[in-house]
Amino acid sequence: MRMRVVNHPVLGNLPERNRVTIYFNNQPFQAYEGDTIASAMMAEGIKTLRNHEESGNGRGIYCNIGHCFECRVQVGERKVVRACLTPVSEGMDIYSLSVFKKGSESHC
Amino acid sequence: MLNLLIIGAGPAGLKAAIAAAEQGLNVKVIDEFPKVGGRLLGQLHQEPNGEWWNGMEMGEKLHQKAIRAGVDIQCEVSVVDISQSVSGWTVYTSQGMIEARKLLLATGATETPIPIPGWTLPGVMSIGAAQVMGNVHRVKPGNTCVIIGANVLSMAIANELRLCGIKVKEIVLPAVGPISKDAGIPEKVLASLMKLTHLAPTVILRQAGKLGKFINPSFAIKYFPRRGIKLFGIPIRLKTAAVEIMGEDHVTGVQTVTISSDGKVIPGSEKVTEADFVCIAGGLAPMSELASIVGCSFKYVQELGGHVPVHNERMQTNVPNLFVAGNITGVESAKVAMAQGKVAGLAIASEWKGKRQEIELALTTAMEEVRKTRAEALIQFQPGISEARDTVYHQFTLDELRMKQEVSVS
Repeated sequence: MRMRVVNHPVLGNLPERNRVTIYFNNQPFQAYEGDTIASAMMAEGIKTLRNHEESGNGRGIYCNIGHCFECRVQVGERKVVRACLTPVSEGMDIYSLSVFKKGSESHC
Repeated sequence: MLNLLIIGAGPAGLKAAIAAAEQGLNVKVIDEFPKVGGRLLGQLHQEPNGEWWNGMEMGEKLHQKAIRAGVDIQCEVSVVDISQSVSGWTVYTSQGMIEARKLLLATGATETPIPIPGWTLPGVMSIGAAQVMGNVHRVKPGNTCVIIGANVLSMAIANELRLCGIKVKEIVLPAVGPISKDAGIPEKVLASLMKLTHLAPTVILRQAGKLGKFINPSFAIKYFPRRGIKLFGIPIRLKTAAVEIMGEDHVTGVQTVTISSDGKVIPGSEKVTEADFVCIAGGLAPMSELASIVGCSFKYVQELGGHVPVHNERMQTNVPNLFVAGNITGVESAKVAMAQGKVAGLAIASEWKGKRQEIELALTTAMEEVRKTRAEALIQFQPGISEARDTVYHQFTLDELRMKQEVSVS
């Protein structure tokens, strides 16, 4: 909630929207309908969405419109999506991707 | 099968959809972003008459108009491949296959990154990413920011971030390098900003016009203050370059140095500006991957932002039944993209209906409108766009002639 631009001198006040609960790495967060995963996490001050497959270094959004694929996260059991293009929904389970295990193609 | 499929629900795609649907064509528009409007959505700047150009409102207006015209719009659809069949096009998407007789690519532009050490840290993003986060999602990426790259886009968005309640600490240049090229050389940056300032009295450019009180950029840069000049209270430091983005797990600041007019580092001038996010503004380039996979020929035109699919003034490419409109044809303002969209929509409708006179007449007016909009453009990304466009149209004619010759020879 803390990073929301509630009042804006030109665009006006944020309209009322339905709240949803999403889970990022099993931790619950409040978000709003209309948020993308990226905007919901950014609103909570969370910038690191995943860790690099080899180095393990943190990564967050870069382009925010689907071009760069830097914000890829796992939703549910195995689907990998771009956080910046994926709307949140009630109860959504989101996981950071992390370092590939040696000798395995799995990343979980 | 659809009469027309449009890829991209931005200003060009929506305008084209409306124009073609109003002529009775069966039109569908797809886009991978969850909201309709494309790059219009983030835009927010003041016109010379003081009115705000509100991209969110404009996008919604076009969206509603398209719905009223009977256009089918679907968001969250990503295109993965396109193939041409005897009867038209097959477009493979994340939501299945779509078939259409005619295809319009209105994919817009993409931001050119400037990689500098530390740029993969969480909290570093493109300037457009911050714009979308603030104006569209209404979320601040942070409270304090440094912008790397001084150009018309970064200055406009710096003000938009300020309106979101973000403190933009400074706009600096990227350090000189093989990727930043002229964007890292103060003299060249000032020259390009000064070329923009004479074009139009927008609020942004009028402010930036403070730079224009000097005459010759190479002379002016000598007297350009080290501390920078302020635009909307935001320091623009053309003699400061970012050498590294600092932070362990996320951005904490930017290490800068003072540079000479030609971009050389002044020893001992290192300084750290603290910030909790950083924007990289490397400029825009036409997003033309889809045009290349369907076999369009390309021309490199620096003024238009890079490689553009060769097309004529009717927005027709040299691949049959394939049209282009908007920033994929060259980086310009949303107003130009809208005008081009209308041309493409009418040109497609005209082809569909066997070049009926009344549509051809409307098309001529629409093409005239593009030229007029371009001439009056408040934000021109590059000087010399009209001339550059003529070279693309000329290339189209040459290619057409060559193809005809090849056909007659064989």
